[in-house]
Amino acid sequence: MRLTALLTAPVLWLVVAYLGALAMLLVTAFFTIDSFTGNVIQQFNFGNFQDMLTDAAYKNVVLRTLGIAISVTFFCTVLAIPMAFYMAKIARPKTQKILVALVLTPLWASYLVKIYAWRTMLEPGNGVLDWLLKPIGIHSPGFGGPAIIIGLSYLWLPYMILPIYAGLERLPNNLLDASGDLGAHNFYTFRKVILPLIFPSLVAGSMFTFSLSLGDYITAQIIGGKLQMLGNVVYQNFSINLPFAATIATIPVTIMALYLYLVRRTGALASM
Amino acid sequence: MSSPVIISIRGLTRSFGDVHAVTGIDLDIYEGEFITLLGPSGSGKTTVLRMIAGFEKPDAGSISLSGKDVSQLPPYERDVNTVFQDYALFPHMNVLSNIEYGLRVKGVAKAERLERATEALHQVRLEGYGERKPSQLSGGQRQRVALARALVNRPSVLLLDEPLGALDLKLREQMQIELKALQRAVGITFIFVTHDQEEALTMSDRIAVFNQGKIEQLGTPREIYNSPRSSFVSEFVGQTNKIQIADEKINIRPEYITISNTHIEDSRVAKGVLKDIIFVGATTRYLVETDFGLIIANNPKETLVLGSSVHLSWDKNKEFLVR
Repeated sequence: MRLTALLTAPVLWLVVAYLGALAMLLVTAFFTIDSFTGNVIQQFNFGNFQDMLTDAAYKNVVLRTLGIAISVTFFCTVLAIPMAFYMAKIARPKTQKILVALVLTPLWASYLVKIYAWRTMLEPGNGVLDWLLKPIGIHSPGFGGPAIIIGLSYLWLPYMILPIYAGLERLPNNLLDASGDLGAHNFYTFRKVILPLIFPSLVAGSMFTFSLSLGDYITAQIIGGKLQMLGNVVYQNFSINLPFAATIATIPVTIMALYLYLVRRTGALASM
Repeated sequence: MSSPVIISIRGLTRSFGDVHAVTGIDLDIYEGEFITLLGPSGSGKTTVLRMIAGFEKPDAGSISLSGKDVSQLPPYERDVNTVFQDYALFPHMNVLSNIEYGLRVKGVAKAERLERATEALHQVRLEGYGERKPSQLSGGQRQRVALARALVNRPSVLLLDEPLGALDLKLREQMQIELKALQRAVGITFIFVTHDQEEALTMSDRIAVFNQGKIEQLGTPREIYNSPRSSFVSEFVGQTNKIQIADEKINIRPEYITISNTHIEDSRVAKGVLKDIIFVGATTRYLVETDFGLIIANNPKETLVLGSSVHLSWDKNKEFLVR
């Protein structure tokens, strides 16, 4: 009885706010609008999906967004592994705590502030990067796809570092000793012992970096130049054609569901 | 010892911050011997082992393996293998892959790998367990896999870091015998670290007793037990009565002291009151309050009554001097 009382609020929250919103999104996706008044007509049809699937422009946006999300996940992984390894296995306990705090601090700052900071950095001509790197002949990539990848990688890096750090913390040091003892060089140990054992952590981190990138539109707006991601398309349609915006929004949801299904099949979720 | 020296340690020193773990150790280890580094925790024995393996670098001193200084080499360039305290088996690999790991690293062909791994499994009596994951094995079985994983590489020296510590008493005693037999069979030099004096006495050809980063005494189990050179060794290995008789300081093992209701003539005698009788299985300890303090005797002549006055006697030649 008391348990029921305790669980009522969270269950209500889950059903109404979470699943409810998702259900509304799905239902709305099948509605249409009156092109004259702009009002939503609550009539079930597949018109939006037909439009979306036949227009090559949307296919391009989907592929581009996927490409960005995969790149961001890749760069975050590549950057996070050595950082997490240093934190978990090399740094002294005191340094370790400071490093964890440092990794977390960017999360305290506003998302917008950080992206505008990157805007200042990447600004072609008089941005910080150009000012710093011009003497050695390197130019800022300017605003566009690479800028979005840099910005998103920066934003989501902590979400990749922390699970890997936790995974490496759990990895007993003597397994690394044992591998070296049996004749393995450090890279061999990394491939055959560390990587398989922190794979669940990589998956956990990638779920953040991948899904957060997939749904993002503000970064693209601020440092993406003319480039659009899925989120931007949703955002633009939001005020003019709400049902179509909902239809577009089902794409990242579907991709994420597919991704989680694949992850499940690797068995990584079970050991998380 | 007639065998050639395989490991030669000179002036080995290692500190961790303010802690002087190992302070200038010299030690020669002979080919094919079973040597035990015995000492309490923090005495430096494990640090020495880890420096031989290459997991720690010495601050000073050298370690020669087969005549070559290896003290600055990484673990993977040393012809030694380690059996870890908590086994350190790779949890994501099955038993066979664990055992094959070292051979795979060295690029040994698949057929030979399988043959040697199977032979190693046979050596540790784990035939048919190759497909299991370490998590599906008992502690004793994991221990054997760890042993096979090291032995399959045919190292010139096998390092064992308290490998029996996590096993229960019965299994531990059984493994002690097996380990010793295995060492004789393969003829590889074993360097065994333990804090268990009984284990050391049972298995070793020689024992190096460690205390505070130094070797207190090096010798055969008999030498260590019968003529300990310092009071630390005499107390750490077996039990010792330290008795002050007049100006003389005497050390005598409890098992050499006869305890009786009547006077028995010997080169040493003492009288006292039987304060306690402690039954410890194979032996019984009699605690006797004498004029020289509390004396423990293990050798009763007849049935004794608690609280009665008793006579102690022992052979003076069994006493030993310590620093």
